[in-house]
Amino acid sequence: MAPHDLRRPFKRPLISDQERRRQQSLLRQAQNRLDAQHHARFLVSTAFSLSSSQTPEPETEPIHEPESHQNDELDVLEASKLKGAEARKWFAKQLMHPEWMIDIPENLTNDWFVLARPSGKRCFVVSSNGTTISRLRNGSILHRFPSKLPNGARTKDVNSGSSNSYSILDCIFHEQDQTYYVIDMVCWRGYSLYDCTSEFRFFWVNSKLAETGAFDPPSYYHKYSFSLVPVYGCDQSGLCSAYSAPVPYVKDGLLFYNKHAHYQAGITPLALVWKDENCSQYVMDTDSKGQVPNQQQVVLELQEDGKLTTCDDPPVVFGCLDGSFIQQSDLHSGYLLRFAIGEEGLVLVGGKLEKADLQYLGKANRARASADSFSKVMFQYSVRHSPLKLDDLLGSVSSPVDQESKACDIEMDG
Amino acid sequence: MEVTQALLNAQSIDGTIRKHAEENLQQFQEQNLPGFLVSLSGELASEDKPVDSRKLAGLILKNALDAKDENRKWELVQRWLSLDTAAKAQVKACLLQTLSSLVLDARSTATQVVAKIAGIELPQKQWPELIGSLLSNIHQVPAHVKQATLETLGYLCEEVSHEVVDKDQVDKILTAVVQGMNSSESNDVRLAATGALYNALGFAHANFSNKEECECIMTVVCETTMSPEVKIRQAAFECLVSIAAMYYVKLEPHIQVIYNLTSNAIRSDQEPVALQAIEFWSTICDEETDILENHVGDTSGDSDIHCFYFIKQALPALIPLLLETLLKQEEDQDLDEDTWNIAMAGSTCLGLVALTSRDDIVPLVIPFIEENITKPDWRQREAATNAFGSILEGPSPDKLAPLINHALPFMLNALVKDPSNHVRGTTAWTLGRMFEFLHSSIVGTTIINEENAQQIITILLQSMKDVPNVAEKACGALYFLAQGYEDVGLTSPITPFFKDIVQALLTVTLREDATESRLRASAYETLNEVVRCSTDETAPLVLQLVSVIMMELHKCLEVQNLSSDERDKHSELIGLLCGCLTVIIQKLGSSEPTKYVFLQYADQIMGLFIWVFACRNATAHEEAMLAIGALAYAIGPDFAKYLPEFYKFLEIDLQNFEEYQVCAVTVGVVGDICRALEDKILPCCDGIMTQLLKNLSSDNLHRSVKPPLFSCIGDIALAIGDNFDKYLMYSMNTLQIAAEIAAHTSGFDLEMIDYINSLRNGILEAYSGIFQGFKNSSKTQLLIPYAPHILQFLDSIYMEKDMDDVVMKTAIGVLGDLTDTLGSTVGSLIQQSLSSKEFLNECLTSDDCLIKESAEWAKLAINRVISV
Repeated sequence: MAPHDLRRPFKRPLISDQERRRQQSLLRQAQNRLDAQHHARFLVSTAFSLSSSQTPEPETEPIHEPESHQNDELDVLEASKLKGAEARKWFAKQLMHPEWMIDIPENLTNDWFVLARPSGKRCFVVSSNGTTISRLRNGSILHRFPSKLPNGARTKDVNSGSSNSYSILDCIFHEQDQTYYVIDMVCWRGYSLYDCTSEFRFFWVNSKLAETGAFDPPSYYHKYSFSLVPVYGCDQSGLCSAYSAPVPYVKDGLLFYNKHAHYQAGITPLALVWKDENCSQYVMDTDSKGQVPNQQQVVLELQEDGKLTTCDDPPVVFGCLDGSFIQQSDLHSGYLLRFAIGEEGLVLVGGKLEKADLQYLGKANRARASADSFSKVMFQYSVRHSPLKLDDLLGSVSSPVDQESKACDIEMDG
Repeated sequence: MEVTQALLNAQSIDGTIRKHAEENLQQFQEQNLPGFLVSLSGELASEDKPVDSRKLAGLILKNALDAKDENRKWELVQRWLSLDTAAKAQVKACLLQTLSSLVLDARSTATQVVAKIAGIELPQKQWPELIGSLLSNIHQVPAHVKQATLETLGYLCEEVSHEVVDKDQVDKILTAVVQGMNSSESNDVRLAATGALYNALGFAHANFSNKEECECIMTVVCETTMSPEVKIRQAAFECLVSIAAMYYVKLEPHIQVIYNLTSNAIRSDQEPVALQAIEFWSTICDEETDILENHVGDTSGDSDIHCFYFIKQALPALIPLLLETLLKQEEDQDLDEDTWNIAMAGSTCLGLVALTSRDDIVPLVIPFIEENITKPDWRQREAATNAFGSILEGPSPDKLAPLINHALPFMLNALVKDPSNHVRGTTAWTLGRMFEFLHSSIVGTTIINEENAQQIITILLQSMKDVPNVAEKACGALYFLAQGYEDVGLTSPITPFFKDIVQALLTVTLREDATESRLRASAYETLNEVVRCSTDETAPLVLQLVSVIMMELHKCLEVQNLSSDERDKHSELIGLLCGCLTVIIQKLGSSEPTKYVFLQYADQIMGLFIWVFACRNATAHEEAMLAIGALAYAIGPDFAKYLPEFYKFLEIDLQNFEEYQVCAVTVGVVGDICRALEDKILPCCDGIMTQLLKNLSSDNLHRSVKPPLFSCIGDIALAIGDNFDKYLMYSMNTLQIAAEIAAHTSGFDLEMIDYINSLRNGILEAYSGIFQGFKNSSKTQLLIPYAPHILQFLDSIYMEKDMDDVVMKTAIGVLGDLTDTLGSTVGSLIQQSLSSKEFLNECLTSDDCLIKESAEWAKLAINRVISV
């Protein structure tokens, strides 16, 4: 019988360098295959254009310059590689903005989440290629820093996936504790979550972020800490918790998310903001000196034909300036103008604006990027006249007990 | 035909006669196989024939039944099974008759042939009387027949799996074997019986579970270790080693006796016996480490996995025993790779004991080190250093760090000052182990700091000029020094020395004697590690290295007219240089600024790699392929310009079945290129797909390449989208056949189940790639006919309940991809499938985040379809 070899490796490493290179190649290939799959699974459906979300143009003008045509095909992956002014322009258009809550949506209990919005700077946080960049709503950079988000710092973590993969979070930067509060997730390790329901996105935020160490206290490779905002189902207890439970940040109103809504760039009625004095320091708009003016002020955009519109899509017309006034005041279409709402206020018929008593104040601050939205004007208006109160909200959501008996009824019916 | 003469002529020293005889035999075999085999067995059985013709007859018979190559072996087995029964019976009768031959060579040839036939027939439930007839009158036969019979049983146990032998027959075999080992038997019989027991141990699970039988076997084995005959003692210790591995839990009642036997053998027996005795304790370490690592805290009460802490108990006696062996070094033992002596075995065992016993070993070894490390005799200094190096893995850093801090200055001094090569070599090795196990950002203790870093590096670089054996170990130490700074961040303490280190390593690679002691390979490996672990600060220096390595490769490729020995070393060097370039490409490609600068070399580098393919050496090809894969990944779509020239080599290496590693690596590179080029790979796809499908249908390609081949089909489909339509039918057919085979695993062993799982994963990745490739295409309806089968495949592997996590992840992903691409057209099919219900739910609640992620994807896709 053959002699049995009992030699063991002696003073030699067990694995050869070539074997290691082979293993690393296999690992890299497997990772790249995974990335390619993810890319195919999630990204194709999210290519959304840069030009179509630019200043709304009348549909009768099918002008597409070659340049903007290219931009049509810009997807998140390509956008994540943009630099400078182009990146600013692109990112400025990508945040989802809530409408202001002017009436209570149906089925608030079952279809909506609620969370206490941190006060601070709303921004996109993008991690890729070993750095993390936060951009404000106008697209300009707030911070450039290393973080523990995927590919958020230059470390040699093989598991973080390919260096191309990027993650995008929707955050509010809270100055007081220098923390990014994550309110939504747009992309994760190259996955696009645009097409996912908010229910899914919140699940993802909760399960994925913790894996990265993003919640760790700041360190050399993790300059700012990230934190979650507690999200509640919109029943009585959820609403009460969001409204009054202590949080480590200063609150600025409540945010409501429709559970089934996808992430949508621009203003959407499927996300809503509501506030009162108890949960926000900024219920009523202030002027440049921080004072609440006697009369409500609104900013509207002057159109070619003299109409004054909101930033909504389609825009809501609040009034009209006559040509001579425009010429006299040296105004041009596209200007953002400030008005006060006079004694006669806003007249609504069946939810639609019939008439507004506008008093021209002047051009708006240069920093303003767009006109007010309809819902904002209406919310501010109602705050001054007949505010929507917490009790109204509570009254509209059923208590857990109600729900149970409801469910029971249905069963018995069946 | 005169068979005897032909067999004798076939061993003639005259080449012409030999060739002629071989041709005659071949012709006979081809014309009349049964007749040929019968006459060979007759030759072997005839006591009046010359021993040389009988031996060769037996050998040819054996080769007619077995081959190393798996496919050839299978053919031979089928051929034998289909042979005329009468002829087979005649052959077998002759063979059994030969077992009683007085001629040893004839007998022992026959034992092997009988076992080969048994290996073929017993699993088919043929030749059921064999074991019975072998054992029928074993007590009455003469010693030489008993010896041949026991040897046959030993070979038989080696050939067949234990499932095909009845318990009753196993019992009889073991009884005969144990009796044969009895001290009253002759040495030949005892040796044959002990060897047979070694092979039969795997059959004896039931017997070891019976207390009395276990006791009986253990007693006879222990007795046999004290035989006056060295070969028998060695064989008996081999049995003990094997028992330690297979029946660890049964050892407790005997461990004290075994300790006494082994310690006597280690101290005073001949080396082959002593080596086995040490191996016994090494095996106990393996077992206990395995139990402690994998089953600690296992409260299931499973008595099979209980640690008896034999090492811990034996520690006070075992350690001095092993330390003694360290003093039995041979001069220059490190120079010969094949050397294995008692000092090496002892040092290895000491290392394993340290792993098992952790902190407990330290106080038992330190006095030995302190006492011997300054002795004038090099053996004592070397043994002391070796002991230190051996115990560095296992004990806690807290325990070791103070000792190392204390010893480091002495060791560094010894590395360059000790007069003995052997001591310097072991010192370098020990330093390497200190850095390997105690110097890293993770460990938390520091043995290297700003003050001593410079000194350490300076001395290691100096040591690289030492004799090859020492220099090689110094490279190894530097390797681990660099590795310890892997995660150090933006600035590495290596940075100030980076240039000197690289220069020193390059100098080593150019040494005249660099091919000795693997020195050159170690120097390149270390260079690779230094580059891998470097930070952005030294990126410009790594960039400079590109042209240096390219120049070396260029020089190397220009050399011509080498002897075959030189050619091997030369090819090895080409492989090392390509490997080094792979590491550099990955390093520089990992950040945008350096990648941009590096890519200016891409044309030249690619030119060199193409040139490498001209040299016919598997390792060189493999390394060049790996490098090209890394390059394609770094370059991206622009890699397309190299494709026309590179393609032919790609095709050649895809056909390299012989050196299947080359083929496997090449398949991986096709995937890299697909991802880099996407649809720009289209012009090459006809050729590549043809080759991939050919490879998949070949029986001659090593099976390990098949799973990546399937995955690669997915890579291509994903890259070229619905242009894949022309390969669709062929691919789907191949996939469907493979899927049917891979659906079930019952009756296979664990290794085979692992393989089937990797096959499933490949098949599923192919499906994923195809579905995703066709997504949003106008041709998706082409895929609809395949959906039922694929869903059925998913259902059936779910039902088998033996998927590993990887397959689970890929499988549930395929469900998502299929749904996503085909949409509501397959809505009802999906709703009917088990996969969309139980399987999906199981995945959604999995602890494995990758499975969960894939499952979320599938759920998302299904919800879209079902709700529409």
